[in-house]
Amino acid sequence: MIVTLSLVILTPIVMCICLSVKSSLLFESLPVGKIFFTSAWEPSKGNFGFLPFILSSIFITFLAVLIAGPVCLFSALYLTQYARVRLVRIMQPVIDILAGIPSVVYGVWGIIVIVPFVSNVVAPLFHIQTTGYTLIAGGIVLAVMITPFILNILIEILRTIPSELSEATLSLGATKWEVIKHVIVRKAKPGIVSAFGLGVSRAFGETIAVLMVAGNVAKIPGGLFDPVYPLPALIANNYGEMMSIPLYDSALMMAALILFVSILVFNFFSRISIYHLERNL
Amino acid sequence: MLHMTKEKIHIENLEVSIGKEHILKNINCTIPEKKITVILGPSGCGKTTLLKSMNRLTDLYSDVKINGKIELNGKNIYNGISDINDLRRKMGLLSQRPAPLPMNIFNNVAYGLKISGRRKKRYLRLRVEHYLKQANLWDEVKDRLYSPANSLSIGQQQRLCLARGLAVDPELILADEPTSSLDPISSQAIENRLMELKNHYTIIVVTHALRQARRIADYIIFLYLGEIIEQCEASEFFNNPKNEITKAYLRGSFN
Ligand SMILES: Nc1ncnc2c1ncn2[C@@H]1O[C@H](COP(=O)(O)OP(=O)(O)OP(=O)(O)O)[C@@H](O)[C@H]1O
Ligand SMILES: [Mg+2]
Repeated sequence: MIVTLSLVILTPIVMCICLSVKSSLLFESLPVGKIFFTSAWEPSKGNFGFLPFILSSIFITFLAVLIAGPVCLFSALYLTQYARVRLVRIMQPVIDILAGIPSVVYGVWGIIVIVPFVSNVVAPLFHIQTTGYTLIAGGIVLAVMITPFILNILIEILRTIPSELSEATLSLGATKWEVIKHVIVRKAKPGIVSAFGLGVSRAFGETIAVLMVAGNVAKIPGGLFDPVYPLPALIANNYGEMMSIPLYDSALMMAALILFVSILVFNFFSRISIYHLERNL
Repeated sequence: MLHMTKEKIHIENLEVSIGKEHILKNINCTIPEKKITVILGPSGCGKTTLLKSMNRLTDLYSDVKINGKIELNGKNIYNGISDINDLRRKMGLLSQRPAPLPMNIFNNVAYGLKISGRRKKRYLRLRVEHYLKQANLWDEVKDRLYSPANSLSIGQQQRLCLARGLAVDPELILADEPTSSLDPISSQAIENRLMELKNHYTIIVVTHALRQARRIADYIIFLYLGEIIEQCEASEFFNNPKNEITKAYLRGSFN
């Protein structure tokens, strides 16, 4: 048991070390500022500016959680507070199935439904012309993908809130909605934050589906209707090709390292905020 | 003694089933005003269900069927009252495990007042202090009113729940085994409070601790397997029980 446990703990450490070693070459050849804060991505000229990819990843993740978060929260509240037991029993396997659909299927669905929808319906509303392969298309597909995942966690969390708490609040003359707003959501806040946090981690690393609909142009996106090129897509699209270009291999390792470290740092901060929220209940 | 007091709640032919289970059968009883009525009975006999059907918390159960009549001040609460929230506000609830709201101590007590529209700071402060004193908690918390309620000990939390319930000015206090998760001293504190509060409130206490019933009860309702076996003055119940099941229960033959 100790062996397997140490394997579990060692894997990320080893991973981190490998990625650092491999990407150190890039650090040696380019100044840090140039790697992280410039947007010129011209591997053949030796320019590796990661800013467009980093921003793409952040924007698309933020957008996805912004869309999925409220939807999941209200659905979970409805299912746990209002819905009849039968509906919950029907919904549970549906959510599990949605969670189990392979990423590539969501991607295909994005291409045949969301991309044209963005191109033909949403963009014209703003008098914009686009192919549809955009930040917003990626955000929507990603939101749909992380929804069952977040929803499941939220339902789990809301179920753990003791019924005595609602009963006590109702006995003070509160309406059902006041119970939900003032007590249940507040009590569940640490859990809600961690569910959204896990959603962020999920969305940040999601690759295939996003790659299929996001457009993949290495430029800082200026708006919802610009294409984006998130880090995982960069790695998946290019690894194994163009390896003859000097430093390219190292740059992709750098992309992986950025992903890895961001998720680590993000998890760390969400843990801290959960801790503080829990203490203040 | 009983015939001199007004009846606060009157229950007629109450039947409660949950799913296929018939939980309460043909309940007929009366709760006297400004007395402590203890609902006594072994585990699972339906005490909590009876208590919760009085403020319609049973409505929250899925698949519940309720027939019969429960009158509060002469008005049937299952037929012809429009405002369930108002009905519930009239009955302060103390549950088995204290369930403080996820807020600070002050707001736990002020919450009921706030949602009924009373938000003036000064007024709230005076009320909160008043009710915390009534629940005998003020001295222990007056310097930490703004710390989270769940930083209190369980016994303090239960007194906080009492203060919170009193703050909305109920007519009744429904207490479901209010001391079963408390240590002896905290239990004593709650019991003493209830004894004092009965001058102003009608109190119903569910318990299966016979000794507690002896100490606090004016009137007893003895439930067994969903039926009322005996209801009478406490002295009568303990000194001169009529029913064989009651006698066995008092001997401690089952719990
Ligand atoms: N929400 C519910 N759904 C289904 N059955 C329930 C529910 N609540 C209670 N019951 C059933 O109703 C019966 C009476 O329960 P109740 O909680 O009223 O008993 P009690 O006398 O309060 O017991 P205890 O002393 O253990 O608290 C039990 O058989 C219980 O299984
Ligand atoms: Mg009970």
